[in-house]
Amino acid sequence: MQDEPTPIELTKAVADFLRSDITPLISGHQAFKLRVAINILDLVTRQLTQEAGSDAKEVERLRALLGMDGSVTELNRALAERIAKGEVDLATPGLAEHLWATTMDKLAVDQPNYASYKRELGRNP
Amino acid sequence: MIEAELSRSVARWCKGATGVTGAAKLSGGASQETWRFDITHPDGPIGAILRRSPKGYGAAPTRAAGLAAEAQLMQLAYEAGVPSPRVMHVLTPDDDLGTGFIMQRVEGETIARKILRDDEFAAARPLLARQIGGVLAGLHRLPRDKLPELRSRGVTQEISEFERDYRSLKWPKPVFELALRWLRDHDPGPSVETTLVHGDFRNGNLIIGSDGVRAVLDWELAHLGDPMEDLGWVCVNSWRFGEIDKPVGGFGSREELFAGYEAAGRKVDPARVKFWEVMGTLRWGIMCGGMMQRFREGPDHSMERAMIGRRASETEIDLLRLLAPRGS
Repeated sequence: MQDEPTPIELTKAVADFLRSDITPLISGHQAFKLRVAINILDLVTRQLTQEAGSDAKEVERLRALLGMDGSVTELNRALAERIAKGEVDLATPGLAEHLWATTMDKLAVDQPNYASYKRELGRNP
Repeated sequence: MIEAELSRSVARWCKGATGVTGAAKLSGGASQETWRFDITHPDGPIGAILRRSPKGYGAAPTRAAGLAAEAQLMQLAYEAGVPSPRVMHVLTPDDDLGTGFIMQRVEGETIARKILRDDEFAAARPLLARQIGGVLAGLHRLPRDKLPELRSRGVTQEISEFERDYRSLKWPKPVFELALRWLRDHDPGPSVETTLVHGDFRNGNLIIGSDGVRAVLDWELAHLGDPMEDLGWVCVNSWRFGEIDKPVGGFGSREELFAGYEAAGRKVDPARVKFWEVMGTLRWGIMCGGMMQRFREGPDHSMERAMIGRRASETEIDLLRLLAPRGS
């Protein structure tokens, strides 16, 4: 067990420092790069916060869909192969729901302000 | 300093020019650079742009048409009345600037977020979707016999190429697999006609002013193929910058785009356009994967590239919206 504060708390502290204290001091291309850096830290913080829960649910859905066990990477590889071979498609019960749920969880980390995501979030699945 | 080479170059082909000032690099990867500068001239400064591969970078990536072809296409477009910068000079070895060309600078905006939000463009915005249809019609009508040598791709071959690009990333993505299956199942076959295709016609590659489209840029992915490809690509959600209910670059509707295209005397095949929109969405997703790979393997280990890699999931949600829409 690693010591505390947690990685989530640490990345958040760095992002907040850059945002509040450094942003006002920087201009031009460096300011653009600083914004990118802050966005990265925010993304990492969201991933650290949400990943464990969303991966667990993804694995559970994949096991049910594929009837096999494995890591989230192995199961995704298996699903990709079955779609490529035409063994699984949108007519397969649960596939569309699984892909939607997984994709929504990804966007919540990668790009929560993406307009398509916000639109779908406001919709009942 | 590049200004010395540019000054010697302009003195040779631009009558009256005495030098250049204000050379600044606008963008550049390792093999392609864009510079802006002003030519000093007794009639007043002339705004110019240099696009080049620096010395030592000869070979273009396989999909690129090459800078010489790009210059020729822009010149043809300009002569045919398609909004395009005027090509002033194609570089020769004497210029000592690498390979590429110099064109006259067109004033206006390329940053999509500004075009979609700033007051300056308020009057132009409602006109753009239809205008873009007209511009594409003009572009697709450029005479085949005058075009430089360009790669030619059928639809089926193009799907195979994207599949190969995707598999080489070793990045298993069930949504991409689904899109690839959909493309195979909906392959519309050979196009009734083969025309020049711009290949990257979208918000960001258009210079827009308060009066509308002033120039079409970045012809490096030009090729021969299905003209509906350009209509589908301009509708890809990634170029709407939040205005998701306005498919044409966030400006307007497909109907307006199609009306502008047909008013210029060309026919639209909406099913093919939809096919190319799906293809285009996947294509951008795979390009994001390419960015991720280049970030990881170098030489460009930049944060921007890393973050573009993370944008692949945007194309996943857009593909799902296209292929497996949920009830509202």
